[in-house]
Amino acid sequence: MIVLQYIINGILLGGIYAVLGVGMTMIFGIVKLTNLAHGEFVIIGAYASTLIAGALGVDPILTLIVTIPFMFIIGMILQSGLINRVMLKGSEPALLVTFGLSIILQDAMLLLFTADARHAGGAYSSIVFHLGGISIALLDIILLVISLLTILILSWFLNKTYMGRSIRATSDDTQAASLMGVSVKRTYGIAMGIAMATAAVAGLCIALKWTYYPSSGGGYLLTAFGVVVIGGMGSIPGTLVAGLIFGLAQVIGGANYGLLVGYILLIIMLAVRPQGLFSK
Amino acid sequence: MSEPILKVEGVQAKYGDFIAVESATLDVPEGQIVSLIGSNGAGKSTLMDTIAGLHKPSQGKIYFKGEDITGMPAEKIVLKGLSLVPQGSRCFIRMSVEDNLIMGSFPKTARAKAKDTLEKVYDLFPVLKQKRNDPSGSLSGGQRQMVAVGRALMTNPEMILFDEISLGLAPTTIKDIYSRIKDIAASGTTVVLVEQDTHRAIKTAQLVHVMLKGNVVLSGSPKELSEDDIKKAYFGI
Repeated sequence: MIVLQYIINGILLGGIYAVLGVGMTMIFGIVKLTNLAHGEFVIIGAYASTLIAGALGVDPILTLIVTIPFMFIIGMILQSGLINRVMLKGSEPALLVTFGLSIILQDAMLLLFTADARHAGGAYSSIVFHLGGISIALLDIILLVISLLTILILSWFLNKTYMGRSIRATSDDTQAASLMGVSVKRTYGIAMGIAMATAAVAGLCIALKWTYYPSSGGGYLLTAFGVVVIGGMGSIPGTLVAGLIFGLAQVIGGANYGLLVGYILLIIMLAVRPQGLFSK
Repeated sequence: MSEPILKVEGVQAKYGDFIAVESATLDVPEGQIVSLIGSNGAGKSTLMDTIAGLHKPSQGKIYFKGEDITGMPAEKIVLKGLSLVPQGSRCFIRMSVEDNLIMGSFPKTARAKAKDTLEKVYDLFPVLKQKRNDPSGSLSGGQRQMVAVGRALMTNPEMILFDEISLGLAPTTIKDIYSRIKDIAASGTTVVLVEQDTHRAIKTAQLVHVMLKGNVVLSGSPKELSEDDIKKAYFGI
């Protein structure tokens, strides 16, 4: 029964890790950029949900109506106005820009919100179901559903819409995509917008599940890295499976050794299948 | 001779300091099959990339249907009705055959007719219908070329540039693809063939241009040009 409880806990946690990694894998796969500021974007999403929910007195989940489009627009502006320009000079300068951004955002959040721990509690946070010796928190179920819905909608968008197909085509061959009428720079902007929108969702999940600080982004960046590498860079289904694996690792390793267990799995993966689970 | 749909006037294209196309001038009459031949390194592919908007010219002018398209990016040129099938097919290898073809109808000008055009492409290349759900990366070289041709057709072009379409393919596949190109031209689409196989290119075309060291050095119909003229222009002797 304890093993089953561990597996369920791991799966419930894995959804959050998957949505944490999905934005990063998109930027890896499409823009070919390692976004070192992804962790800070997630924490901005967490602050946005907490503050809006507090100010309006609404359930934090409802704040996604505002935070998703807000983060999408910020992502598009950031990519179009800054990163696209830097990428003309190569991928290394762009990598450094995201590193610089992570520092600036972290310090800005510290200045604006102080170093105090924050948390966005919902009315359902303390509800726990007990089923034959297994305990499942309602919050964890809600977060898993939100995460899975996010990934399903993203997969549908990428596979079934013109814009989604153009994003995948750009990730395969930028020149051939432009011959089909695709503006590569605009596509990069949309991809970054989507990555930021997923960061808003991940931020909400983190704000509901745990406490966070302006400096929490670094830890989540490491988790997102692990998920992306295990799943295969650029693979959305891979990110989901890797998220679940990382979730199980976190449960096995506990609060102190969760990341360590996850990274041991990552090293094994790099030795056995360096391209990741789902990358070809 | 009908009015040229494409006019290239003194186009120069460079990679850094290296001049790949020195000063190319040529006309492509509407509704014809035109071959551009030349040895390796003559500048044919660079000229095609420049016309299609993948490469910016450093000098000269390009007019398509009378409109100046010099330096226009590829994503805008395709909207005008000019499509390029690039060398090596350049399929989106992680996408299915059908998704590759649907990508061809990404330009807003092509979306309304996408369903009908897709059926026409499947009629032209029935094997693609059989393999519609397969990733294009799993196809043979010839089938990938068919995907690339189909994808270009999906853009509803008035003119298609085919860059080295026979490169690396089996003779039977080349014969098959060339017969489809004739069908495409018969439907009213202007075709430009860039080829190293001079014999096939001359046999198929109504007008031939020969490139040498970045310049168009000879132009004429296959009837007007003697084998000796073409050999001299091709090798620069």
